Amino acid sequence: MDILANLWLGLSVAASPINIALCLLGVLVGTLIGVLPGIGPIATIAMLLPITFNLEPVGALIMLAGIYYGAQYGGSTTAILVNMPGEATSVVTTLDGHQMARQGRAGAALAIAALGSFFAGCVATVVIAVLGPILSKVAQSFGPAEYFSLMVVGLIAATVLASGSVIKAIAMILVGLLLGTVGSDIETGAQRLTFDIGELADGINFTTLAIGLFGIAEIIRNLERPEERGVLDRKITGLMPTWADIRQSFPAVLRGTTLGSILGILPGNGAVLAPYASYTLEKKIADDPRRFGKGAIEGVAGPESANNAGAQTSFIPLLTLGIPPNAVMALMVGAMTIHGIIPGPKVMESNPTLFWGMIASMWIGNLLLVVINLPLIGLWVRLLKVPYRLLFPAILVFCCIGVYTLNNSAVDVVLVAVFGFVGYGLLKLGFEPAPMLLAFVLGPLMEENLRRAFLISRGDPMVFVQRPISLGLLLVALALLAVVVLPAVRKKREEAFQED
Amino acid sequence: MRLNTVAAAFGLIGLVATAGAAQAQDYPTRPITMVVPFAAGGPTDTVARLIGQSMSKTLGQQVVIENVGGAGGTLGAARVAKADADGYTVLLHHIGMATAATLYRKLPYKLPDDFAGVGLVTDVPMTIVAKKDFPAKDLKELITYVRANKDKVTLANAGVGSASHLCGMLFMSGIEVSLTTVPYKGTGPAMNDLAGGQVDLMCDQTTNTTGQIKGGSIKVYAVTSKTRVPSLPDVPTTTEAGAPNVQVGIWHGVYVPKNTPAPVVAKLEGALQAALKDETIKARFADLGTEPEPMDRATPAALNAYLKAEIDRWAPVIKAAGVYAD
Repeated sequence: MDILANLWLGLSVAASPINIALCLLGVLVGTLIGVLPGIGPIATIAMLLPITFNLEPVGALIMLAGIYYGAQYGGSTTAILVNMPGEATSVVTTLDGHQMARQGRAGAALAIAALGSFFAGCVATVVIAVLGPILSKVAQSFGPAEYFSLMVVGLIAATVLASGSVIKAIAMILVGLLLGTVGSDIETGAQRLTFDIGELADGINFTTLAIGLFGIAEIIRNLERPEERGVLDRKITGLMPTWADIRQSFPAVLRGTTLGSILGILPGNGAVLAPYASYTLEKKIADDPRRFGKGAIEGVAGPESANNAGAQTSFIPLLTLGIPPNAVMALMVGAMTIHGIIPGPKVMESNPTLFWGMIASMWIGNLLLVVINLPLIGLWVRLLKVPYRLLFPAILVFCCIGVYTLNNSAVDVVLVAVFGFVGYGLLKLGFEPAPMLLAFVLGPLMEENLRRAFLISRGDPMVFVQRPISLGLLLVALALLAVVVLPAVRKKREEAFQED
Repeated sequence: MRLNTVAAAFGLIGLVATAGAAQAQDYPTRPITMVVPFAAGGPTDTVARLIGQSMSKTLGQQVVIENVGGAGGTLGAARVAKADADGYTVLLHHIGMATAATLYRKLPYKLPDDFAGVGLVTDVPMTIVAKKDFPAKDLKELITYVRANKDKVTLANAGVGSASHLCGMLFMSGIEVSLTTVPYKGTGPAMNDLAGGQVDLMCDQTTNTTGQIKGGSIKVYAVTSKTRVPSLPDVPTTTEAGAPNVQVGIWHGVYVPKNTPAPVVAKLEGALQAALKDETIKARFADLGTEPEPMDRATPAALNAYLKAEIDRWAPVIKAAGVYAD
């Protein structure tokens, strides 16, 4: 078996003491920055790049990769404990994870997130090793038309994220799409809704929006009603999940892992969709969807597995094609070139120790992460007992530092404050920000790919139905629309009858 | 006074300096910020980190890279234009420094007046590449094919003002054909669709294309430099292949704000030249398909003259294309 020989080669590289140490360092730093709101892997990897100059390339890349997927583990901690998603991929974790924390089940939520991520990480590592090269070729048949159709599916799924009114969810989706249009027009370079602020020329940063809408708004709300600080005053019931929790979560973990692995391979950062897709799926197939948004453990287990699987399989386009699917991977390309490795389709053949060493290190890294994270749960939960008047200034300071480091720009810090007040207003009016954030992420991708598809097809709209993958996705979108709209229509009718 | 407080609060990276001209002799006494007006990990960032590391050794102070991305590199350039002229804030920018003068009709700084050159760094050649099953055999055939099928052929680029956008404009004006351009957000997605056969052509830096060319996932027709590129020895230049007016390189330069004291500029110049003579840097540049500029080009006079010449060269090309970035 070639694969076994290759994995053995990889393990022999990754398991050298120095590489294990670097991997540990990477995942530790990753966990830390994941926990700190706002400070993301991009800024961290950029800052740490110079330190890796004197390391062997394999070790350097193992460490940098560890920061990336370690941040996925850490990110869920902040999402669950303080309702603050640091990354696009941890937004959905706030929905049920933070509710669980409010019910005193923070420990169970954190543990299931860590265990689910570990399982997903292990599976994704095998997927990369066995199927990576083949899948990446298939994924390249995903052109602009297919991407547009995928985004349509994602946008319809966004309505499912809301646990309240569908109308309000749609309103938030529209606001999200509008915010997504801020910045330079991709084709003409014209400035849209930038009000002559140079910093807005490249659009609003996701982290800025997410930290403001979720994190700052949450802080304001907590300060407004100190007696209802939720998490802090509740008695914490058990640090570990019960058997019932695990039984309930396991199928969700399996489904999340599958979805995450598939979406992660897509070259245009499909990984960002993975947790949303998983959440939608779990809510749709649940016996009682009303539990979602109120602390359903599947709503944590599925998306957390999906985001970790996606984070890991998003290395496939980079390692097998030499094409970075997202900003973090682009940074990895930079790291590779600085170390004298030119990423391309030949990396696997020309640098087998690097390729297989990195893959094997991911498994080791995931193991280390579980070992680090499970004992930390007790510590994190105890952190919630810190009086809020001491905790919230610290959170605010980290938010500001983190947001500043995104682009070394003070405008972003001001924007966070603005979005914080907006988020507080939305909270008061009963609008949920999650669908808006998803629309904000998907909108620009959707617009770009729509215009690109039209440019390539010379304006022929048939391109969306003539290409089989695109057609299939559009049909899924239609089916999803029916599932979302029909129950709402039926309910409306029932309500109307009751009033009669 | 109030302004100073505000500035100090924001100036975490040391934009606010207290050093006066009298201290120019001891320069540098604290870390130097090298602003890269693009995201970390990109080709320009790589160039900056490579030379920054070597310049740190020569200057005896750390050269810290600060990525101030956005608006085609103009945000980062604006930050340096407004910084104190004490040599503690320097800019590493590429050809976009010159094209911004035309691409942006209202810049927050004056070009070239607000900057003083330290020296040219490297001139990264561009490659004319196509999807791997593109019918043409060589550049001549490509030109004939493109002229005959100008309604079908698509030309990808990495967004308004990017290197690939500039080269694409020059290519189209050089062979007198106008194609449908398909813009992407960055080289990664553009390269993905080129390798996946969704678009037909692109012109991009060797830094981005060499790996793909050697891996056989895209086809190469020519390099846009005067001479062949050592890392791609079999690829003809545009002059050899029959399109002599498609000549372009992504040249990089180091700048300081205008009125920076001459001794400070001289020290930076010396450090830059030392970096360009460094064997490791030569090797890394070669991996990227480029080479350091010769010493007579890594000087303030050479860069100042070149910046002016390039501003004048690109103005008509961009105006003819009618694309502006604001």
